Amino acid sequence: MTGKVAITLNINGRDHAISVEPRRTLADAIRENCGQTGTHIGCEHGVCGACTVIVGDDPVRSCLMFAAQADGVPIRTVEGLAKGDTLHPLQRAFMDHHGLQCGFCTPGFLMLATAVLEREPNITDDDLLDVLASNLCRCTGYQNIIKAVRAAAAEMRA
Amino acid sequence: MKPAPFVRHVPATVGGATDMLAEFGPQDGRILAGGQSLVPIMAFRMARPAHLIDINGVAELARVSRIDNTLSIGATVRHAAFHRPVADAEMGRMLSTVVRHIAHYPIRTRGTFCGSIAHADPASEWCLVASTLGAEMVARSKRGQRVIAAEDFFEGIMSTALAEDELLTEVRLPILPSQAHFGFYEFNRRAGDFAIAMALVTYRVTDGVIAEPRVGLGGAEARPRRIPEAEAALKGRPLEAKTFQAAAEAAAQAIDPIEDIQADAEYRRELVRAVTRRALERSVP
Ligand SMILES: Cc1cc2nc3c(=O)[nH]c(=O)nc-3n(C[C@H](O)[C@H](O)[C@H](O)COP(=O)(O)OP(=O)(O)OC[C@H]3O[C@@H](n4cnc5c(N)ncnc54)[C@H](O)[C@@H]3O)c2cc1C
Ligand code: FES
Ligand code: FES
Repeated sequence: MTGKVAITLNINGRDHAISVEPRRTLADAIRENCGQTGTHIGCEHGVCGACTVIVGDDPVRSCLMFAAQADGVPIRTVEGLAKGDTLHPLQRAFMDHHGLQCGFCTPGFLMLATAVLEREPNITDDDLLDVLASNLCRCTGYQNIIKAVRAAAAEMRA
Repeated sequence: MKPAPFVRHVPATVGGATDMLAEFGPQDGRILAGGQSLVPIMAFRMARPAHLIDINGVAELARVSRIDNTLSIGATVRHAAFHRPVADAEMGRMLSTVVRHIAHYPIRTRGTFCGSIAHADPASEWCLVASTLGAEMVARSKRGQRVIAAEDFFEGIMSTALAEDELLTEVRLPILPSQAHFGFYEFNRRAGDFAIAMALVTYRVTDGVIAEPRVGLGGAEARPRRIPEAEAALKGRPLEAKTFQAAAEAAAQAIDPIEDIQADAEYRRELVRAVTRRALERSVP
């Protein structure tokens, strides 16, 4: 009854046909069943944002969604940001502005910022701050993350 | 930190969902809406439901609509739907001001308005809005439909009048009258945290004095509610600092504060005084 169900996770354009228990979170399925370990898991209860991915058009906490709920919906993770050897403007800006140290939180911040900047390219500074307050970083002190996202936003608008 | 096993059911219609609730509700079954409260408590194993009825695919529940003077909010409408005003004038502004204080952006893309109401955390912003405006909750089961007034719906900390076979299909919020003013103030320690105390006030101004005041408090007691003593201190008075102070004092005296790790009763009373006054100051046109 609580047995496994067959689902297909479409991650960065590639289909992964997998079999999971209904209780499998999307975060665990992405990492364990699909082998895409760029998405990190920090707290497993929605507080840290390390697991943020884009489902459909929305940034979501993948530890708070069940994998079966994302069956067939396009998912984007950090592995899909770079085009070949060319980094996404956000990835480059994080390097240029020292927006990461250990890098544990970085995939979550990148996916959060990607989803929001695609939706609202002209987002105000205040709104951007509200968005970036969603995720935790234990290393950088946030200032450089904010600088990086602002710089990438300007570049993406140009 | 992994949820216990459960069986997932996926209804396509409200009728399908209530049939499933009638069958599985008594067998430790629950509704799964946005999952932003339920999944964390399942991860902590504080809840181990045997069945989850996932209503996210029920198209008819995804609507916000205006019917006369009420705003009807369906069960799968996300918090994020309120980032931009969904109604004219102060009503839309009030909802889009308040929503900013609920959790964080990627939680607001999944969490639902009705899920907050059904979860009934004493510090939920939407529960405060529902209580202050006098919302009606529409509960549907195989047995039929009933409409429950906010003051009867919230029974205590995470406890509501919903029966185990009832689906909250919709919340009906009375739309603020034209020329209404509102003010909202929330105190918490970090952005996105639950409120330690918060206040929502609404009123109109006629002949230079306050008319139809409503003062709602959340996070302070076991359930959000209007504070008649504070409303009496506003009614018929001019909009000035002295009036606001009197209302804030009345609110602080009227409450029976909850105590938790964040704040003891005396500190909460202080916070209620402050948030009531600040909500009133923010309401000034
Ligand atoms: C880090 C974090 C911070 C948060 N901060 C805040 C905050 O500041 N303020 C705030 O208000 N909330 C906060 N939340 C909670 C969030 O707003 C939830 O979305 C909300 O409380 C529940 O809505 P949901 O749709 O996610 O419901 P779910 O989690 O799916 O369900 C919650 C409960 O309600 C029941 N339920 C849901 N919908 C229905 C229905 N239609 N009929 C009958 N029963 C139903 C479920 O069975 C379950 O018991 C936070 C969450 C997280 C993870
Ligand atoms: S792991 Fe999902 S929010 Fe922390
Ligand atoms: S860079 Fe280490 S947690 Fe953010």
